[in-house]
Amino acid sequence: MSKTGFVKKMAADGVTFVIREADEKDLPSVTDLHAYNTGQHKPDYWEETYHRYGDSNEGFFYVCEIDGAFAGFIIGEVRAWEFGSEPCGWVYTIGVNPEMRLKQVGTRLFETVSDEFRNAGVSQIRTMLHRQDNLNLSFFRSQGMMGGPYIELEMPLD
Amino acid sequence: MKLQKATFCALYAVLELARDPSVQLSATDIADKYNISANHLAKVLRDLGRAGLVESVRGAGGGYRFSGNLKRTTLFDVIHLFEDVGGKTERARDAHADTDIGNALNLVLTEIDEIAIATLGSVTIETLLKTMRWRAERAERESLNV
Repeated sequence: MSKTGFVKKMAADGVTFVIREADEKDLPSVTDLHAYNTGQHKPDYWEETYHRYGDSNEGFFYVCEIDGAFAGFIIGEVRAWEFGSEPCGWVYTIGVNPEMRLKQVGTRLFETVSDEFRNAGVSQIRTMLHRQDNLNLSFFRSQGMMGGPYIELEMPLD
Repeated sequence: MKLQKATFCALYAVLELARDPSVQLSATDIADKYNISANHLAKVLRDLGRAGLVESVRGAGGGYRFSGNLKRTTLFDVIHLFEDVGGKTERARDAHADTDIGNALNLVLTEIDEIAIATLGSVTIETLLKTMRWRAERAERESLNV
């Protein structure tokens, strides 16, 4: 599916945010930010993710700019989860340029993707984080998210 | 999760004072509102003062006010002043911990502890106060829709 041309402009506390669909030219910034946050440089992974979410109808891949500079990104999709869960809005990942922190970039991205989930007809938003990822856990809680009824389980495959 | 009385006193005091950091309240003001012992609360407030979360203001109209960072101080920061969150100290004293059954049980208990710590450590005072406002607004919306 072709891109929809989504662009949203908003201003708060003297900062003008432009949130738009991600473009292929954003991939180096997204890849570098992810590498900064996780220590993993994965350009192939981000290119594949872009083709899955950014230039298809499988999800929302948005970028935030402040004064034309890359400030952050978010990826979400409407997902019908296993074990009988109703479709929900799933936040796949979010990243904020460390030089742009404390400007509400994450909040604007989260609000934008939440609006798109509402427009898609879902009434719950979910995500999954490492329990030691205090930065992102605190962020999502500050947006109103709380522990839900599902528990992640895992085991090593020897 | 069961918290000790002192921990509840600390949480009530911190949240009540943080609700409006410009306001000063006496130990009696807070104790009366939450129906707790003013003497007990005074001791808890001293501990909170030593941790930099509240400060006492002398003189007429004096009392206590919140002096922590709303965006940085978490529920864990308050609770761990009064509780061994995670219970590792207590479990280490358990003579049966170093057996196969003890170790397997510890694995499960540690999982619960880690989730509790992650939860309490990610809820800031500001987030909890916002949650209270959101809940009140949602209840109001729902009552209007009925």
